[in-house]
Amino acid sequence: MLRIILSRLLQTLVVVFLLVTFTFFAIRMMPGNPFADVKALTEENKAAMERLYGLDKPLHIQYANYWKNVLLEGDFGDSFSMKGRKVSTLISESFPISLKLGLFSLILAMSLGIPLGIIAALFHNKWQDYTAMIIAMAGICIVTFVLGPIFQLSFAKPLSWLNVAGWSRPSDVILPAITLCFGVAAYLARLTRGGMLDVLSQDYIRSAKAKGVSQLNIITKHALRPALVPAVTFLGPAFAAIITGSFVVESIFLIPGMGQYFVLGIQNQDYTLVLGLVLFYGILMGIANLMSDLALIFMDPKLRNS
Amino acid sequence: MSSSVKALPAGLKDAEKGSSLWADAYVRLKKNKLAMLGGIIVISILITCFVIAPILSWIGFDGNEQDLANKFSGPSTKNLLGTDQLGRDLLMRVLQGGQISLLVAIMATMLTVTIGVIYGGIAGYVGGRIGNAMMRIVDGLLAMPFLIIVILFREVISGQVDEIARFLIDDWGWNDNDVLRFANLIPLTFAIAGFGWLSMGRIVRSSAASLAQQEFVEAARSLGLSHRRILFRHILPNMLGPIIIYATLTIPSFILYEATLSYIGLGIEPPNSSWGKLIQEGANYLETNITVLAVPAVLFSLTLFAFNFLGDGLRDALDPKASKD
Amino acid sequence: MIRIIPLLATTTLAFVSCERRSDIEIANEENILIVGNSNEPKGLDPHLVSGVLESNIIRALFEGLVVDHPSKDSDSVDGVAFKDQIEHSEDFTEWTFYLNPEAKWSDGVTVTAHDFVFSYKRLLSPDPNWPAKYAEMLYFLKNGEAYHRSKLGHILCGNDPNFPLVWETLKEANFEGDSKIKPQKFKNKKFSELNEQELKKFSPYLTGEDTPDFDELNSKGSDLEALSTANKKVLFNSIGLDKLNRKQLLHLKDNLSLIKWSDNITTEVKQLVIARILSHHDSGKPKLWDKAQVGVSAINDSTLRLKLRGPTPYLLEVAKHYTWYPVPKHIILKHGEINTAYSSPWTKPENIISNGPFKLKSWRTNHLLEVERNPHYWDAEEVKLDGIRYLPIRNYYTETRMFGDEQLHLTYTVPSELIPLAKEKYAAELRQESYIGTRYLRVNTLNSPFDNPKVRRAFALAIDQKSICEKILQGGQEPASGIVPPFGDYKPPGLIKFDPEKAKALLQESGYASTSSFPDIDLLTTNSDSGLREAEALQAMWQKHLGIKVRIQQREWSTYLQNQYDFNYDIAVAGWIGDYLDPTTFLELWVTDGGNNNTAWSSKTFEDLLRKAEKTSDITTRMSILSEAEETMMNDIPVLPIYWYTTNYLIRPEVKNWNPLLLNNHPFKFIEIDKN
Repeated sequence: MLRIILSRLLQTLVVVFLLVTFTFFAIRMMPGNPFADVKALTEENKAAMERLYGLDKPLHIQYANYWKNVLLEGDFGDSFSMKGRKVSTLISESFPISLKLGLFSLILAMSLGIPLGIIAALFHNKWQDYTAMIIAMAGICIVTFVLGPIFQLSFAKPLSWLNVAGWSRPSDVILPAITLCFGVAAYLARLTRGGMLDVLSQDYIRSAKAKGVSQLNIITKHALRPALVPAVTFLGPAFAAIITGSFVVESIFLIPGMGQYFVLGIQNQDYTLVLGLVLFYGILMGIANLMSDLALIFMDPKLRNS
Repeated sequence: MSSSVKALPAGLKDAEKGSSLWADAYVRLKKNKLAMLGGIIVISILITCFVIAPILSWIGFDGNEQDLANKFSGPSTKNLLGTDQLGRDLLMRVLQGGQISLLVAIMATMLTVTIGVIYGGIAGYVGGRIGNAMMRIVDGLLAMPFLIIVILFREVISGQVDEIARFLIDDWGWNDNDVLRFANLIPLTFAIAGFGWLSMGRIVRSSAASLAQQEFVEAARSLGLSHRRILFRHILPNMLGPIIIYATLTIPSFILYEATLSYIGLGIEPPNSSWGKLIQEGANYLETNITVLAVPAVLFSLTLFAFNFLGDGLRDALDPKASKD
Repeated sequence: MIRIIPLLATTTLAFVSCERRSDIEIANEENILIVGNSNEPKGLDPHLVSGVLESNIIRALFEGLVVDHPSKDSDSVDGVAFKDQIEHSEDFTEWTFYLNPEAKWSDGVTVTAHDFVFSYKRLLSPDPNWPAKYAEMLYFLKNGEAYHRSKLGHILCGNDPNFPLVWETLKEANFEGDSKIKPQKFKNKKFSELNEQELKKFSPYLTGEDTPDFDELNSKGSDLEALSTANKKVLFNSIGLDKLNRKQLLHLKDNLSLIKWSDNITTEVKQLVIARILSHHDSGKPKLWDKAQVGVSAINDSTLRLKLRGPTPYLLEVAKHYTWYPVPKHIILKHGEINTAYSSPWTKPENIISNGPFKLKSWRTNHLLEVERNPHYWDAEEVKLDGIRYLPIRNYYTETRMFGDEQLHLTYTVPSELIPLAKEKYAAELRQESYIGTRYLRVNTLNSPFDNPKVRRAFALAIDQKSICEKILQGGQEPASGIVPPFGDYKPPGLIKFDPEKAKALLQESGYASTSSFPDIDLLTTNSDSGLREAEALQAMWQKHLGIKVRIQQREWSTYLQNQYDFNYDIAVAGWIGDYLDPTTFLELWVTDGGNNNTAWSSKTFEDLLRKAEKTSDITTRMSILSEAEETMMNDIPVLPIYWYTTNYLIRPEVKNWNPLLLNNHPFKFIEIDKN
């Protein structure tokens, strides 16, 4: 157990390090410069800005300074495009929002996808199976940026208490979460169905049936746990996918989450912001994968040894 | 479902021997109605976008000609599906968008397959510590946030591509319109493929690894066949199944990536337009004219459906062990 | 697992049944105005921002000498100063403002004339690390420009009544340098290879035999001993007397001919000038501000005197601009020095202090910025609103939807496709008002074919401006016949209008044999949908009327701007919104090497006319001089006007006192939410 945790953490650290390094250099290779604005930037102005943000120092010194600040002082730097705001503040303000949206979506996705998968498996090859799988496929193929506006039009407009966009009241989480959950729900449904089918064809299930154990008990007590293994394996990446994929939903529904910063950061060439986000995401995903692994172990003790 | 071995009566040479993997697979595939439907739709869409559309444009339908007096009009003889926000023919716009979306996805997939097969094949065949190390690298890279890296990659590449395009136009005198149209696609294609190959590499590797351990490979080695020969003539053909399956399933996810990027404005640049961009523009006009959103959205979703069903069907057909039957 | 579903359903229902009133209903009760503000503000320091959306916030937080009149365009009301007590000299060059002793900062400290002096000094700072973008707004002050651009000669010699010459006669001397002859611009070129146009640039500085060597200059630029005389001339004249360093000045002392001087000044005077500039360097460059005597001074705590560079009857119009607002001296110095720009520490939400009707309540990036009533504001009883919430909604279609969904009182704009719909559905809420701004095409006159004015004119006349206004924009915009929109006393010369026949004729005259011999042209525009539609329309028009196909280059905003600064474009769609109600806010952009010029066009005639207008106090004469200046510019046509802006927006009926204003800078202190 400890070994797994440690190896995961190590892997995460390596990945984060590589990721940040890659981003550090890649973003400086983008055309344009971070300081353009409506009023013309004279040569002196541009040089002044570069000096202020330490961009006039040689590249490797900037790189070293960045790590020094992050590791020793927890300072991700100041955002280039949002004057006066520290990157860590931007992340700490927006992450809880993305997290809330993400968790809500995930719970919805699980509530939708897993039962769907179970039903499909139980009625294998009958119309319930086909219908469930088509619904699942729809979840994958009717994407967020098609679904979002449709929801806005169909639900938000007629129902006055449901806002079209924005994040001003608790109910604002509903529409975006539903939009976001479908894709993940679809994958969960397929994986659950597959896992369930696998398990149901096992010998020990057949013997339980022969012994007269009720259908319900078979499902809940014997089949469910191992059947959910593929789905749970997917939860780690699913969570990461939700958090990263949410930027489309955030821009449709104007949610002040982390996803928007990515797009904004790259568009404005805000070096520190993008680096900070990449760093944060890397760590986040490492943790998500770790949680997923731990959940797996909890569910299927056989995996404890691997 | 493994067919039980039947004892062959003598003389029945051309009686039913064990049929090949492909024939079996085809039979299974045919039974899967959804997959067949998917296949038909895929082929229809490909034909429509790449055969019919050029014909239509040769006849005179033009997706680029604006008619500001005629915005958002309904279907007519001139505009079979009506016009868009600048009076352009919607049908052609959507078909041309489809060309781009499909082109990017298919090119990226081909690149992905090439890189993935080479990398994964070597990793699986060589195995051992080198193979493991190669896979560790892949795992590490897979942990990175795909979309973000693609965006960065693309911005960087497009700067270089612009220069090359300029060079081709100015110094070599190529037709500027075509070069630019094509050049615009390159950064995105390479960026997507540049990270998409990782999953393919994983699949290929496990396939190659399991094949490499089979006895026929040992036999071939003991016969003195070169590694290259074994790889190309024995291992690769046997991996075709998973490769085809995965490629078919990769295409829709690449279409989706491109569309997502174009939606947030970091994908295709004008003069090209893709389904993602069309959907993004259309979403703005929901109240004025829903057709502008509906047509590309429906076509887009349909294509994704079709490819996914086909891929699923292929997987069920070609790899019975993984099937749920 | 299955038990989660009912749990989820009930929680959702609980959420959902919480709040049934719309956002607007709640805000009306709280007396808070919710405003769509298009994007996240880049900062709140009035000296460091330059966008319209930031000014919307700054207008609520800060207050200047006078405040915009809520309904009349060229008028103002009391601000920190008493409007009816303002005095000015007959020729409008000297103004005195008496400040309201009740005017306080939001921490209770009184706003004094010293705050204004401090603010203007801050904005005009010549410190190369000071990234202010709008310092030119203070050039109206006497010696403001000299101080800001460190024009040492002007400051050290011009202000001294004992100086042996009137400053005017010295002005021909090369104080400011000449960026056109910078050696870096001629890398890898030989002087003998220069064409006539390029040679002309050097002629004021070189005599017949002088032959500079650019390679040597670029490699040995700082080594005075090694350079030839000709090279030194180029070097010194490109830098200019104001910016020569000490070593160079000492060298110049012994070689006076290395710099171009005015005619008829004696060697004695030349040495005197050099000595003065040297003494500034020698004494460790002490405070230039005192020497510069910029025309702002505090007679006492509540009296501010301004001395201007020339007659400025419209000063109050200029003073309404946020660059003329005061900033809190005591707060800025508490968190740094006068010119600490990095992160603007004093504007952090926990530090910021302001003197306007509102103060900052909270700033959640990308979510909203909220201001609340400032109890220390001198006119707090008159302020009706209790707060304003600014929502940075980037997608204007969503903004309109949110308006329809009762989530905001006021939108930033209405996208053109939705205007017909808005006219139907929100007829009472839609406003379409003139807005002082011009949409035009900036042309890079260095790149062919646009180096030929006939070609430029052909392109301008081939634009069916009306069609763009009526069919694409539908916001009531007017075709633009020039760069300055019509308003008040100004009569535009009106030279440009759609004339495809003439355009074709001009193109033929321009000497291009056929359209196929035309070089490739890239039309640069932004990433937005509306930008694309305009560009596509222009592309189609030029194709139709001139037979030329331009390529559209959509670029992301900062790249779009940077490309123009770097002259990395052929022709670009651009816009400019006036800062104050006077034609100069549009015309001053086009001076030689102006930061927002970027066309490489320059005209001495044009600039002379502008300087002449600067010195004219009679309003009518002045306006006609400016009209003449615009005509001069439009004859050369370095920019192609498309249309004059209007502003289209939606506003709820309960918002009162929001009147049409050309500058669209509505003073928030007068806005009221009428709950009936």
